Amino acid sequence: MKLESRAPTGPLADKWNSHRFNVKLVAPQNRRKFDIIVVGTGLAGASAAATLGEAGYNVKSFCFQDSPRRAHSIAAQGGINAAKNYRNDGDSVHRLFYDTIKGGDYRAREANVHRLAEISVQIIDQCVAQGVPFAREYSGLLDNRSFGGAQVSRTFYARGQTGQQLELGAYQALARQVEAGTVDLYTRHEMLELVVTEGRAAGIVVRDLVTGEITSHSAHAVVLATGGYTNVFFLSTGAKGCNTTAIWRAHRKGALFANPCYTQIHPTCIPVSGDYQSKLTLMSESLRNDGRIWVPKDANDRRSPGTIPESERDYYLERIYPSFANLVPRDVASRAAKRMVDAGFGVGDLKNGVYLDFGTAISRLGRATIEARYGNLFEMYANITGEDPYAVPMRIYPAPHYTMGGLWVDYNLMSNLPGLYVIGEANFSDHGANRLGASALMQGLADGYFVLPATISEYLAGQLGQPSPDPAGSAFKEAEGAVRERVGRLLGIKGSRSVDWFHRRLGRTLWEHCGMGRNADGLKTALADIGSLREEFWNDVRVLGDGESLNQSLEKAGRVADFMELGELLCQDALHREESCGGHFREEHQTPDGEAMRDDENFAYVAAWEFKGEGKPAELHKEELEFEYVHPSQRSYK
Amino acid sequence: MKLTLRVWRQKGPSDEGRFETYDVPDANEHMSFLEMLDVVNESLIADNHDPIAFDHDCREGICGMCGIVINGRPHGPKKHTTTCQLHMRNFSDGDEITVEPWRANAFPVVKDLVVNRSAFDRIIEAGGYVSAATGSAPEANSLPVPKADADLAMDAAACIGCGACVAACPNGAAQLFTSAKVGHLGLLPQGQAERWSRVVAMVERMEEFFGSCTNYGECEQACPKGISVNFIARMNREYLKAKFKDGRKLARGALGDE
Repeated sequence: MKLESRAPTGPLADKWNSHRFNVKLVAPQNRRKFDIIVVGTGLAGASAAATLGEAGYNVKSFCFQDSPRRAHSIAAQGGINAAKNYRNDGDSVHRLFYDTIKGGDYRAREANVHRLAEISVQIIDQCVAQGVPFAREYSGLLDNRSFGGAQVSRTFYARGQTGQQLELGAYQALARQVEAGTVDLYTRHEMLELVVTEGRAAGIVVRDLVTGEITSHSAHAVVLATGGYTNVFFLSTGAKGCNTTAIWRAHRKGALFANPCYTQIHPTCIPVSGDYQSKLTLMSESLRNDGRIWVPKDANDRRSPGTIPESERDYYLERIYPSFANLVPRDVASRAAKRMVDAGFGVGDLKNGVYLDFGTAISRLGRATIEARYGNLFEMYANITGEDPYAVPMRIYPAPHYTMGGLWVDYNLMSNLPGLYVIGEANFSDHGANRLGASALMQGLADGYFVLPATISEYLAGQLGQPSPDPAGSAFKEAEGAVRERVGRLLGIKGSRSVDWFHRRLGRTLWEHCGMGRNADGLKTALADIGSLREEFWNDVRVLGDGESLNQSLEKAGRVADFMELGELLCQDALHREESCGGHFREEHQTPDGEAMRDDENFAYVAAWEFKGEGKPAELHKEELEFEYVHPSQRSYK
Repeated sequence: MKLTLRVWRQKGPSDEGRFETYDVPDANEHMSFLEMLDVVNESLIADNHDPIAFDHDCREGICGMCGIVINGRPHGPKKHTTTCQLHMRNFSDGDEITVEPWRANAFPVVKDLVVNRSAFDRIIEAGGYVSAATGSAPEANSLPVPKADADLAMDAAACIGCGACVAACPNGAAQLFTSAKVGHLGLLPQGQAERWSRVVAMVERMEEFFGSCTNYGECEQACPKGISVNFIARMNREYLKAKFKDGRKLARGALGDE
C-alpha cells in the first residue's frame, strides 16, 4: 500500500491557500443532497458538525454522553495557542510552525503543521465572535500567557477553564444548527461499527445506550472526532468514558493506525493516593509559569517542605535546562520527574511526587495575583488532597494525558478508506511525537471549523447524484449482526472478574512497560501479558444485566476489549521504533546525559499499521517524512 | 471508615423504585465519593448483583455529567463542589448516607441515579448562542471588551449544566441555568444583536419544561460553580424590557439596545 500524503507542492506558506483553490467545491444548492455523519462532539466534532450544518449539508451528530457539551475537550484547562503576536515579542506563523515541529521532535508533516499555525489566528477571531469570554487586559484587549516549549507569549485563555469555554462555544454553534434543522443530534448513542461498502465508508452502526437498540445510519461521508486513547492506561487524565472503540472499529475495517506509541505523559498531575484510584487529575501546565519544581537534595530528607532551606533544595529543571527552566516541553519535564523519583528523591508519604512550589511567586506577586491566575486549580488541588497549596507546595507527578497517535489521514484529513475522515485527537496528524501545551485545542478547532469543511468537498463533489448507501443493505445488516453477536458474547461469558479488574491490569502492564520509559525486554513481556489477559477477558469477564437497557458494565466491557487489542499494537509500534523521540523514550537510545536520541536516518517516517486479525501482528506501512523548511536537530532546551 | 449507604435503585423509568441499604466496610478519606461508589459496585458485581448506575465522566468537576443528591443536598455537603470532587474526608466513621438521583419533573429517572437532562439542551437550542457562522468573524481585538464585563460574563459562563440548581429548587425551576447563559452572552458586545430575542426565546422554551421561580435561592446554594442569583434578576429585567420592545421587529431578532 502506497501512502500518499497529498500535501500540496509549492512554497510552504502558499500550500494551504493554493490547495483551497484547487479543491473541488460543492455548490450551496447541492449541499443538501449530501448526508454526513460526525461521531463525537468535542472541539473537533462539534465545530465540524456546526460548520457543515451552516454550509447546508445534512448532518447527523452522535455522542455517548447525555449532552454534546460534556465531551472531554471541556476539561482542558490552560489555553489555546495562536500566532497573533499581540505581545510584540517576535511571534509569527512561521515561529508557531517551527515550535510545533520542533516540539513534536521532527515527526510531523511540515505542510499540516504550517496550515495549523496559519489557521490559529482565525480560530481566536471565530471564538471571540461567538462570545467566548477570554481573559482580557484592562484595555479590554485580549490577554496572553506563556506555555511550555515556546519563548513567546501566545496562549489565549479563559481562567483555568479554556477548554470549557471553547467547547461551549462549539456546542452552542451546534445547538443553533440543531434548532435550524441542519443537524440531527443523537445523544447517549455509541458507535460500535463502521460500515464499508466497495472500499468506501458508508455509515455506522450505533447502540442506543438507554434502550439498547442497535441501528444503522448511512451517509456519503463519515467523520470520526472521537478523541484519544489515553485511557488504555486505565489511570489517566482522560474522562472515564474516553475510549478507542470508534477508531479501533474503523481500524479493524481497514483504516491504518499511525504512530500508536506516541503517547504523552503530562508532567503536572496529582500523584496516586491509593489502589481505589479511578483517574488522575491534571494541574494545568500554565502553573509552570509561576511554580518552581524541586525535590530535596537529600533523598532521605523527610522534613516538611517549608522548613527545608533554599540551599538544600534541588530546582532540577532550572539547574539542567537554564534557558527554558520550568517551561521545558512536557516530555522533557516528565522524564526529569521520573528520574528524580526513581532515584529516591520523591516527596509525599508514598515518595511518588515532586514539589511544584508557588512560594517565590506569592512573595513576588502577592497571593491575590496568584489566586486570580490559578484560583480554581488551587481549589481543585485542595479538594482532592486535603492540602492548602497556598501554604505548602503542590505534589505532582506525570500521568498519561494525550495521544499524538491515531488514525492515519492525508492532508485532507481523509483516512486511507475513501469517505472516512478523522479529525482532532483521533487522528495522528499535527503533533509528531510530542504535543506542545495549548496546541490540542488549536488543532481540534482548526480541523473542525476550517480544515475539514474546506477539504471534504473534494470527495463529495465526486459523489454528486449518488444517493447515500441503503442502511438496509447487506453490509449494514452484516455489521449490525456483528454488533449484536459481540454484545451477546460479552453478556454470555458470565465469568468471575469485573471489567474494571481487567482494565486496571491492562493499564498497569502498559504503564510499567510502555509508559515513560520503554525497552525491548519490557515491551516483549507486555505483549505476552496483554495477549494472555485478552484471552482471560473473553473467558472470564463478568458483565451482569441485559443488553436492552442502560448497562454501564456492558458499555465498559466493549471499550476495554478494544483497548486490549490497541494495547498490543501500542507495544508492537514501540518495539519496532528503535529510537527515542518525543513521548516515545526507548531506554536503549539515549544520550549520555539521558536525553532522547532520534535516528533520523532510519525512522523519519510515520508508522501506519494495517490490521491483520485479532492477536496477529499488524502490517507496517511507511510514510516518509520530508523536511524542506526545518532542519531536524537534536532538540535542546538548555 | 465504615459507612452505611441508602441508595435509590430504580430499574427504569416505569419502575417504582426503592431504597436499598449497603454496608461500606472500608472507605478511605482520600477517596472521592464516586470512587467510594466504584468500590461498592465492585463488591456488588462480585456478589452477582447489578451495580448502581450513575452518570459521571471527567471526574474533574467540569463536564457536569455527575450529580447525586447526597443526604438531601445536590452534590452533597461541601459548597462549590461537584459530586466527583467531593472526597470522603467530608464524612465521618459510622455515617449513614442517603444517595438519590436529581428529583425534578423535567429530569425523568433513566435508571438508579441516572436522569435525563436533555431539556437543558433544548433551552440552549432556543437561543443560547451568538449566531456567528464560521468564517465570518472580524479580527479578535477589533472590539475591546471592558475587563469587568468580560469577568462578569465569565462568572456566568462557568455554569457546567449539571442541573443541581433544578434539583435543589422546590419548584423544579431552571432559572439559574438559563440566566447564566443569558447573562454570559448579554454582557458581551458580541451578544448584543440578539440580546432581546435571545432572552425571550430562551425563557419561553424553559417554561415548556420547568417550574417557575419564586426566589427561594436554593439554586445558588447548590450550584457547584457558585453562579449568583443576581443573574436571575438580570434575566427577569431583560425579559421584561424585551417584552416592551416592538414585537414585530423582535420576532425578526432585529432589535438593538435603545
